[in-house]
Amino acid sequence: MWNSLKARLRQGYRTGKFPAVPPVLPDRFAGRPEIDLDKCTNCGQCRAVCPTKAVLELNGKAAIDTGKCLFCGRCVETCSAKAVTLGKEYRLSAMTRNNLIAGGKPYTPEKAIDRKFVDFCGKSLKIRQVSAGGCAGCELDFNVLNTLAWDMGRFGIQVVASPRHADCILVTGPVSENMLAALKKSYDAAPRPVWVIACGCCAISGGIFAGSPVCHDGVEKILKPDLYVPGCPPHPATLLEGILRLMGKK
Amino acid sequence: MSEKNYLLLANASMAKLSDIPRLEMGDFRADCLRAVKEENCRISAFFVLPGEGKEDLLTAILADPEQKKFRIMQSAVRDGKFPSLTAEFPGFNRFEREIFENNGILPENHPNLKPLRFTGKNDRIGEMEFFSMQGKAIHEVAVGPVHAGVIEPGHFRFQCMGETVYSLEISLGYQHRGIEKMLTGMPDNKTAHLIETAAGDSSIAAAWNYAKLTEALGGITVSSEVEAIRQYALELERCANHIGDLGALAGDVAFLPTASFCGRIRGEYLNMTAELCGNRFGRNFIIPGGIRFGVDSTRLEKISKWLHRIAPELWNALELMFNSPTVLDRFENTGSVSKDDALALGLTGVAARACGIDINSARDLPGKNAFPEVIDCRKFSGDVISRAAVRYEELKKSHDFLFGNFDDFKTSISPAERKNPALANDAIAVAVTEAWRGELCHVAVTGNRGEIKMLKIVDPSFHNWEGLAMALRNEEISNFPICNKSFNLSYCGHDL
Repeated sequence: MWNSLKARLRQGYRTGKFPAVPPVLPDRFAGRPEIDLDKCTNCGQCRAVCPTKAVLELNGKAAIDTGKCLFCGRCVETCSAKAVTLGKEYRLSAMTRNNLIAGGKPYTPEKAIDRKFVDFCGKSLKIRQVSAGGCAGCELDFNVLNTLAWDMGRFGIQVVASPRHADCILVTGPVSENMLAALKKSYDAAPRPVWVIACGCCAISGGIFAGSPVCHDGVEKILKPDLYVPGCPPHPATLLEGILRLMGKK
Repeated sequence: MSEKNYLLLANASMAKLSDIPRLEMGDFRADCLRAVKEENCRISAFFVLPGEGKEDLLTAILADPEQKKFRIMQSAVRDGKFPSLTAEFPGFNRFEREIFENNGILPENHPNLKPLRFTGKNDRIGEMEFFSMQGKAIHEVAVGPVHAGVIEPGHFRFQCMGETVYSLEISLGYQHRGIEKMLTGMPDNKTAHLIETAAGDSSIAAAWNYAKLTEALGGITVSSEVEAIRQYALELERCANHIGDLGALAGDVAFLPTASFCGRIRGEYLNMTAELCGNRFGRNFIIPGGIRFGVDSTRLEKISKWLHRIAPELWNALELMFNSPTVLDRFENTGSVSKDDALALGLTGVAARACGIDINSARDLPGKNAFPEVIDCRKFSGDVISRAAVRYEELKKSHDFLFGNFDDFKTSISPAERKNPALANDAIAVAVTEAWRGELCHVAVTGNRGEIKMLKIVDPSFHNWEGLAMALRNEEISNFPICNKSFNLSYCGHDL
């Protein structure tokens, strides 16, 4: 007992001040892609090297679908005009699929659009996470939000053991064929209304596993997500910021 | 046995496929069994190389710790079947089930030929004949695929009488994404990412293995400084995961101080990894030919200072747990696996060392790994406290490496260019890295244009899941969570 108290004093108070203070990100952090429209010649080099076909053509310039992006930086390396950068913007989540596309426009994160959700879950949110394929990276960094460093409980966000207690199903992974039935059952078991978060580019679009004959290219064809959280995997700050925005807390 | 019965291949090197001796099935079988039962070898990979019109070749890659190399041998499969080895050495169990599922080749007289990942044409996930016990007092507990926490899916079937578990059967496959199939063909820009995401918590080890394979097959050499910094990243990965596991173990016995402290401290190690490459899991750091981000002394000094600040907090958190009688009471003599069982099942890594088996592929299969320091395993007895203590001792060794080698990094390492080099044709390369769970093995076989005909991934979890099932025998069912955490195996690494 005495040792535990001594250790507690030594370890100190470690919960971060997010969201009042933005997260400290490493200098090599790869955030929201930015395209310099003046420099982009639409040469197609970035499209050719992208492993997940995340680079699109939009109004004669390159644009990047962050719902597919692995943030691997190949487009940045290959662009001879130096038009593409992966910026420091960690606020990547969006409520609509179209808003995941990063082009040359200045970026402001979307506000909560679903008032019903804000009224219903504005003060607390019970999440049932379902892994449906994927690499466990998203799960690991979602678990991090439960550690005292992030302590998402202080916002009323809690992971629940049963979908029966859930307001929200958070899906990770490209939805493997072998998890399809379990995912649907989990969703059906949740009381209505229920919301869906697609966490990570696998859940949004299949990510690196898009096109696999034993996966379903993400959750979209099965459930309609209310929040898309890009990343491979999303940084804990990206995920938490998105959930808070969905709850109308930001 | 003459030397010519197998090809000797060093870790992280290549050979021509035609150099692998082809044995008669009887000799192949006898040689494999003698190697694993009497000559201290372990199964690194065991698969069928499709003949594409010619004969399918059953291929064994056995790690030989005495010769410090792999023994590789093949035998032609006739009439779509071969005599199973599982009954004589259980370590072949999952490999043979995999062959049956992937290639449709029957391991004759396999005692437990059930679906492994449910990828066969007629398989439906979860539908199989589970082992069951009969009797009035017997009850069956089925758990999963969706579990109570934030964790990957898998199905567990317990046969219990009262609180006591008599048998646990683990049925996986829910995370199957078809990675190995997606990896065939010319290496392209997707290859490295697919390999890194086979098991997302071992991305650095997997990326290093891929680099080793590509460098061996592409004739590329990298400097020892690059290998040292790759090892540096691997040790950060090992530390983060071991710390997370020890914290989770504390959490499962409701010892909340260590659970809370370790949860936070693990994050510090992930952030140190992100300091190297921007990603907390070390994605896109190790690439064929080098590392993608330059590393100089300023950066290493920053991480080193960070480590020196955090490490005392880590030891404080862990010593608190290891000195707590309530924790020790729950950990000791819980979930024991005997050394004999562990050897027969072919357990690897932390799980094997905790059973007193002195294996470490970084020492036994010298390749590019710069960290041959091993812990003394003899004192461990296969229970939860042993698996926890192995992690603690490995954390100490990892920190010795992370602290000790810092002075060598006076020169800066510049980033390598990402490219897909041409690979030698009709060749085989094997790479093993001692990842944080244990031996992670990748085997690449190329075709006549240098395309990847097969990229076989053997995650340490593939060997170790049977160990967890064994640990639950005669154990109280309420001890399942700590037994499970003490192994902390990968579902996705198994399911691929």
